[in-house]
Amino acid sequence: MAEARRRVIITGDGPILVYGPVDVEMPDGTRVRSDRTVTALCVCGRSRRRPFCDTSHRRRARDNSRQERDP
Amino acid sequence: MNTTMPSTPVLPAPQGPVSAAVLSALRGNRTAFPTVDRAAPYGKDLQLALYCCYETHYRGFEGVDPAREWDPTLLTVRTELERVFLDALRDDVPTGTDVEDELAELLVEHVDAFGVSHHLRRQGELWQLREYVAHRSLYHLKEADPQTFAIPRLEGPPKAALMTVQHDEYGAGDTERAHSKLYADMMGELSLSQAYGAYLDSAPAEMLAEVNFMSLCGLHRGLRAALIGQFATVELTSSPGSDRLVKAMRRLGCGPAAIRFYAEHVEADAMHEQLVRRKVIAPLLSAEPELAPDVVLGIRASTFLTARFEGRLLHHWNRGESSFHEVAEAGNA
Repeated sequence: MAEARRRVIITGDGPILVYGPVDVEMPDGTRVRSDRTVTALCVCGRSRRRPFCDTSHRRRARDNSRQERDP
Repeated sequence: MNTTMPSTPVLPAPQGPVSAAVLSALRGNRTAFPTVDRAAPYGKDLQLALYCCYETHYRGFEGVDPAREWDPTLLTVRTELERVFLDALRDDVPTGTDVEDELAELLVEHVDAFGVSHHLRRQGELWQLREYVAHRSLYHLKEADPQTFAIPRLEGPPKAALMTVQHDEYGAGDTERAHSKLYADMMGELSLSQAYGAYLDSAPAEMLAEVNFMSLCGLHRGLRAALIGQFATVELTSSPGSDRLVKAMRRLGCGPAAIRFYAEHVEADAMHEQLVRRKVIAPLLSAEPELAPDVVLGIRASTFLTARFEGRLLHHWNRGESSFHEVAEAGNA
């Protein structure tokens, strides 16, 4: 691309942040666009909104012995 | 459902002596103010009085002279109300200086936590969801506005990053995508009034307190770091909560315009979290480390106020009661 280089931030413990609108090609060839100024792309593979981050990489903790759990 | 959409809301009904005096002063009457110290800091009388003082800085009220925004008498009362509110918050939340630790705690998803979004996702009913959305409209119909007040109080990297987040909040140049517009669309789909301020009378004091805390910190440069703490708390905790509300709405058979608001927030706030932590808070504290206690105050006070609000709703709902505040003193002051 002839445009100015985009800034990409690898957070290490979370998503990859890409500055500028993105056009993402998925493994099956489908294309997903984001027009946000910054887009957070999932790298942990746990997001249910791939290619975008949905914070599923976060640490989950149990505070007591209750047995309920999000599916 | 309200079919008219006035550009400015009407003044609410008073909820006690302090709010009655503020409403009277807003109408331009010469008013004697009662002692503010007797009012309960989180009660509806004080919170409504403060909310109405702040609203003059946002959209104002029908029939209220815009000049009241800088009326010295009202500003004096506002200062008193703020002192009582902030003193109570400082008494109720412990001080701290370790921002990293506070943020790390907010980033842990507590599997057995239980709040309004958990309740709505598992067994909440449609009327409860509608009440929640009606109450929260006090903030979301002006979503991002309180935090915008902080922009000129910052400089350099934190200012640029906050602008990036706010640009996204306001729809990145497309009004149809502005979060306040998505919220209004959701309200329409849930057959709620989309009019700004329509649910001020019926909102519990706990909801007003949440919005008042944002306005308080947004309008005082000295509390800008507390505002950043408040904003971080919202952005860090919003994605998982929004995801539960998307599931609640699907379970309850809500339409796409209703689901879209929270679906957008799962994705948007996953990104905003990163920017607020790495590009707003980190450089702000690196330049001004003495602001750390205020960031912690913002995080802890907003967490405290949100818990009070959610506790209020669950308290009513567990009894099968509505959480709409009944207006005992309808009519004009």
